[in-house]
Amino acid sequence: MEDITALFQGFAIALTPFNLMLMFIGVSLSVIIGVLPGLGGANGIAILLPLTFTMPPTSAIIMLSCIYWGALFGGAITSILFNIPGEPWSVATTFDGYPMAQQGRAGEALTAAFTSSFIGALVAVIMITFLAPLVARFALQFGPPEFFAVYFLTFCSFIGMGKEPPFKIVAAMMLGFALAAVGIDTVTGQLRLIFGWYELMRGFDFLIAVIGLFGIGEILLSMEEGLSFQGRSAKINLKIVLETWKKLPHYWATSVRSCLIGCWMGITPGGATPASFMSYGVAKRVSKDGQKFGTGQLEGVVAPETAAHAAGTSALLPMLSLGIPGSPTAAVLLGGLLIWGLQPGPLLFVEQKDFVWGLIASMYLGNIAGLIIVLTCVPLFAAILRVPFSIIAPIIVVICAIGAYTVHHAMLDIWWMLLFGVAGYAFKKLAYPLAPLVLALVLGDRAEDAFRQSMIMAQGDMRIFFSNWLVGSIMGLASVLLFWPLFSRLKARARKGAPAPR
Amino acid sequence: MTEKAAPPSPAGGITMRSAEIAIALIVFGLGALVVYDSVRLGWRWGIEGPQAGYFPFYIGLVICISSAVILAQALRGRSHPRGEIFVEWQALRQVLSVLLPAALYVFAIQMIGLYVASALYIAGFMIWLGKYGWMKSALLGLAVSALAFVTFEVWFQVPLHKGAYDPLAFLGY
Repeated sequence: MEDITALFQGFAIALTPFNLMLMFIGVSLSVIIGVLPGLGGANGIAILLPLTFTMPPTSAIIMLSCIYWGALFGGAITSILFNIPGEPWSVATTFDGYPMAQQGRAGEALTAAFTSSFIGALVAVIMITFLAPLVARFALQFGPPEFFAVYFLTFCSFIGMGKEPPFKIVAAMMLGFALAAVGIDTVTGQLRLIFGWYELMRGFDFLIAVIGLFGIGEILLSMEEGLSFQGRSAKINLKIVLETWKKLPHYWATSVRSCLIGCWMGITPGGATPASFMSYGVAKRVSKDGQKFGTGQLEGVVAPETAAHAAGTSALLPMLSLGIPGSPTAAVLLGGLLIWGLQPGPLLFVEQKDFVWGLIASMYLGNIAGLIIVLTCVPLFAAILRVPFSIIAPIIVVICAIGAYTVHHAMLDIWWMLLFGVAGYAFKKLAYPLAPLVLALVLGDRAEDAFRQSMIMAQGDMRIFFSNWLVGSIMGLASVLLFWPLFSRLKARARKGAPAPR
Repeated sequence: MTEKAAPPSPAGGITMRSAEIAIALIVFGLGALVVYDSVRLGWRWGIEGPQAGYFPFYIGLVICISSAVILAQALRGRSHPRGEIFVEWQALRQVLSVLLPAALYVFAIQMIGLYVASALYIAGFMIWLGKYGWMKSALLGLAVSALAFVTFEVWFQVPLHKGAYDPLAFLGY
């Protein structure tokens, strides 16, 4: 009950005219950045983050969370109108959303997408409201070995659940850890991996990596395909919105199922994309119109969007309560909190109560603000998408350069951004995943600290990671995920060996 | 990065195989660098606990091992169908037509500051690749730069890079 009171205090803090204005600015800016090709969610937050540096902390946090919402909403617009998924988790939305737009039902598809996103996110926020304090309270008894085990679990689940070749996931992840190690060692104060180049002393900021890998890399990829935009125009007015809303309760079962899938998958890292596909797949199998999926079914938009946003939002649960972000976008948000001197993790719920509940309250409000903005401004955003690529591409590069520079006011960072861009292009084409790299770069130092502290506690005895049931079961689960690709390969081989029934 | 190891292939582009090999070699090299510096820092157990290179040493080691496996898979031709193309020459030319001006742009930022460089870059890009008129391109370039200037220098008071030779010094920012 005490938590609910705190939540309402949070609402009171968030609901000032200035903060409301910031909410709308944050959502609009980030939807715009979200719909620009190449500038997705993680990137949008990375670029807009420096703008919040001069604000009072509460306002900055509110703006940050609204930027997060805008990024989540923005992906659906490009998927439905242009068949270009703005985010990986919007891919499943294109299956039925784009056919609907082709049939002239873009307004309906968009309304359904936004409303489902809203509902998915709302359910996830409610879950966070009740579950996050419990998880945090539980995690208060964690010591360094337990924390390292949770980090280990996070990274192993990338290997166990990733679609990329497992060795590439490992390589990308470890590159992230290596980049995180560059600079001053937090324990001994020694300079590491700078090879006498003192400008490297600051280390690599993950924001630079995000802007380069995702932003510049994406521009290079789109350029290769010689992007020709064939956007559908979107008429959306109150009548269409209301008519669609009348149809939506029809799909309540799909919504509930998708929310559950989304919340569950979101807590495990990298979950939003598989969640959207899974939810689409399940809806297709269960629905009586399953055969018609892919030809423009409203249900085919509802399912992936609800799940993706439930997952995208639940990704904030481990971020807030354990300090472990569930997605690259959540990782960037975590970086933003760190800049404000707020260390996400179980202690945050004790030491910075006001802040936590302010953030959770602004998540409720930001979600509503986001829904209002995307429903009213779709034609505007669609117009941005119709600007030719030869105009939008250089502007995106300029935005990225500004974003990279403002992080530390360092010219060198813009060069790194460019290099990361080339790396992002090559990695994407060769199926090296970028999300674990970014997450490792964010968490590297803390994972290392947890590991070293555990090692000091145990005098170098690795058995500390199996010393009690808690840490042991987390490590056990992590190991299962780590070797999962091996298991599934053996299983596939065994099946191949047996005579195939025909 | 990938342009280095690009043998001409009959299908007209860099093959997946050579791209895989090139990237795996680069990743291996980075891993080796990490191992090298970790050994220099000390990767064993010090007086007060693990030394500074203790954690990175294993990270570097894993990078080397995994890139070696990727390299081996690529060499055995297991990872991709034969002759699959990583990027066709035409597409590569398109990519370079964005990448090279972008590199030039970053160099220009270093020299003449972000605002002037951005205006020139946007206008140049539009004229060269977009085949737009001079007037329109110049106006849009200037507009974006001016907008950035007002937003960052004036409104949010976040100074952007002015360059070694600041042509906008007369503005007093």
